[in-house]
Amino acid sequence: MNYLLRRLATFPLVLLGVSILVFVAIRMVPGDSITAMLGTEAGLLTPAQRDALAAYFGIDQPWFVQYWRWIGGILHGNFGISVTYGRPVLDVILERFPLTLELALLSMIIALAVGMPAGIHAATHNEKPSDLVVRIVAMIGQSTPSFVLGLLIIYTLSAGFGVLPAMGEFAPLWQDPLRNLSQLILPAITLGFAFAASVTRIARSAMLDVLSDDYVRTARSKGASARSVVWRHALPNALIPVVTLSGIEFGYLLGGAVIVEQIYALPGLGRMVLDAILQRDYALVQGSVLFIAFNFMIVNLLVDLAYVALDPRIRLGEQ
Amino acid sequence: MVHLTRRLLSGIALAAMLGIATVSAQAATLHMAWSQDATGLDPHKQTAFSSLRLLELIYEPLVRVDASLRIIPAIATSWEFSKEGKELTFKLDPKAKFQDGTAVTSADVKASFERILDEKTGAAARANFLSIASIDTPDAATVVFHLSQPDAPILTAMSDVNAAIVPAAEIKAGSIGTKAVGSGPFKLDKWDPNAKEVLSANKDWAGGATGVDGIEISVLPDEAAILAAMRTKQIDFALLNDPLVATLVPKEASLQLNRVPVLAYHVLQLNPSRKPMTEIKVRQAISCAIDRQEVLDTASLGEGKVTGPLTIPALATDPTQLFCYKRDVEKAKKLMAEAGFADGFSATVIGATGEPPTAAAEAQVIQSQLAEIGVKLDIKMMELNVYVDAWLKGDFDMAIALNGGRADPYTMYNRYWTKAGNLQKVANYIDDTLDSQMQQGRAETDPEKRKAIFAAFEKHLAEVSPWIWLYTSYSYTAQQKNIAGFVPTPTGTLFSLSKVTIQ
Repeated sequence: MNYLLRRLATFPLVLLGVSILVFVAIRMVPGDSITAMLGTEAGLLTPAQRDALAAYFGIDQPWFVQYWRWIGGILHGNFGISVTYGRPVLDVILERFPLTLELALLSMIIALAVGMPAGIHAATHNEKPSDLVVRIVAMIGQSTPSFVLGLLIIYTLSAGFGVLPAMGEFAPLWQDPLRNLSQLILPAITLGFAFAASVTRIARSAMLDVLSDDYVRTARSKGASARSVVWRHALPNALIPVVTLSGIEFGYLLGGAVIVEQIYALPGLGRMVLDAILQRDYALVQGSVLFIAFNFMIVNLLVDLAYVALDPRIRLGEQ
Repeated sequence: MVHLTRRLLSGIALAAMLGIATVSAQAATLHMAWSQDATGLDPHKQTAFSSLRLLELIYEPLVRVDASLRIIPAIATSWEFSKEGKELTFKLDPKAKFQDGTAVTSADVKASFERILDEKTGAAARANFLSIASIDTPDAATVVFHLSQPDAPILTAMSDVNAAIVPAAEIKAGSIGTKAVGSGPFKLDKWDPNAKEVLSANKDWAGGATGVDGIEISVLPDEAAILAAMRTKQIDFALLNDPLVATLVPKEASLQLNRVPVLAYHVLQLNPSRKPMTEIKVRQAISCAIDRQEVLDTASLGEGKVTGPLTIPALATDPTQLFCYKRDVEKAKKLMAEAGFADGFSATVIGATGEPPTAAAEAQVIQSQLAEIGVKLDIKMMELNVYVDAWLKGDFDMAIALNGGRADPYTMYNRYWTKAGNLQKVANYIDDTLDSQMQQGRAETDPEKRKAIFAAFEKHLAEVSPWIWLYTSYSYTAQQKNIAGFVPTPTGTLFSLSKVTIQ
């Protein structure tokens, strides 16, 4: 409990650091909201026109004034207004987040459902032909870029079978679950494939480690069945690296999967942030990076808590 | 019996009518896709390609240009220059109405142009209208522009959606850009940026009934995915940028590719303020060392046409007659030696990633061609905004660019090749000949004389070689074969979607 409170107390500090980093970074990149809107035509503006537009975009003040205004707003729950969407930043983010969360969850389910059994199978059949097959497939999975797999799936389905889930208009889960799943399953497979490959490899090596431990040998010699040795004795300990990997991977996915969202035209967080950067929508970039950082911290905390549940020997916060 | 038959027949007729009604209601939404979305709704401020294409369906300027770039009526039914060319009078269409039901009057025209000219608006197109001294509105349907000097190209500049007529009331309310109330063929019902636009037909449009009841535009960022969605008939009509994807369209039996040469030009901009490009012979050597057709063939699969500075079909001259348009490496080497650079030199060329999609490939071909005369090019690809920033500051040795074209050469080039041009610090080159040719072209209203003036301008520009014009590409649209009535134009406008039907 004490640990939890201490961890939560560090959140504001980390977020403050992130806020400064993102604020400075996005302003250090050449180009601004005006060149993003007008492109090379921005060169036709007179100085007075430029000033008027800078005031409109809120970039006419010195950096520290802009930063102070922004942070002050956040403390009052106001993340600013997105100039692209013409709406509060937090509204725009929260509208996109369910899709990203759902996609991340689906990919993780696919990754664990495929990766865990495959990894365990490979470990218990170490150096047998089936182990080799699993390892080769996992290697392919890890080394195939998601844009290759995504485009391959889209091309095969549309050119070979003449079918493709509806693209463009995305249906939220609570409005049309069937349509929603049909739109998300292919992106989830695309993301889950590489994810599953990593899970397989980690699960396999962790399992191999654990299976050679003394306590497993003891369990075997006491006459426990092969099944019970694997699932009851070895698995819980082999899970720790898998949880670490899945946690990190899941944290990344909550930041949006830019490439997969681009290919499948999904309105997720990743594409939103990318477009916001390209259009120099400062408030939206800053707000979403903070939001993503916050999610990452929560996931990390959950991973740490999961360690305790998996291994009672671990006491968080003690030396 | 007769009675019954009659009733039966009328019943069938009714059913048939209902049937047709249902069919057309189902089929009357055009599903469209593009990879880059509009970036805003203020017609006076937007310059991004997609924004212009969207806003042209919602807003109308006073006049338009047709597929052969002739001026045709839009909100104005007729127009006339006074004898000395310093007064331009428009008669407005009495049927023209904004989508909120109010009539388009001369007061709206005056307010719109005053908004564009107001520096506080930040309208990039303001530069094209600086000759407007005052605007009179003798009655609700007549507008008179008083010009400070004869300005023939102003009419073409007025055909752009950047000179759209917006309601005076909306200007007063400060709602331009947040609400889209135009007088065009479609109304914007919904805009979810970077995801979707929903347009419905404007029943009150002065141009008559539209061919479809509405247009739904989806943003599918990956063009290969757009093609896949067209294969499965989810999308009826799409805009394509990438020649690699466009050339795949004709391989699909149910799809049709429309392509039309555009006014925009691919160019290698030299920076004549930086050594050694300050030397005319060095610039000419670069021009002679580049094989424009090879750049086009390699970078763009041959999809385009080698061009000189003038890309407007009615004015363009035969590019083979221009300086060094046939590659001549020996001549190039000789020029380099005369300039004192027999051993070549090193320079950096900048380009924007993906804008155009062919930029990196163009830079690579040019790199290998210039290597033959000892010029070592270092290629630096940048994100578009970073590139635009460097470009506007003139901070480059050479730049690969795709610069937009205009229907009039003065509007297209006065920013670069006049002494007062806003983008002189990008062009970094001007001489008296170019400046005076541009001024003559601006004042001249006789088409034949203008053509001769601009032909001389083009010849001179190619000779002094501040830039190396490469080629014009095509604008591509792909459509299902059951879509009829789309007319592709060199300006890239999608305005003819207003008369498109689904068969």
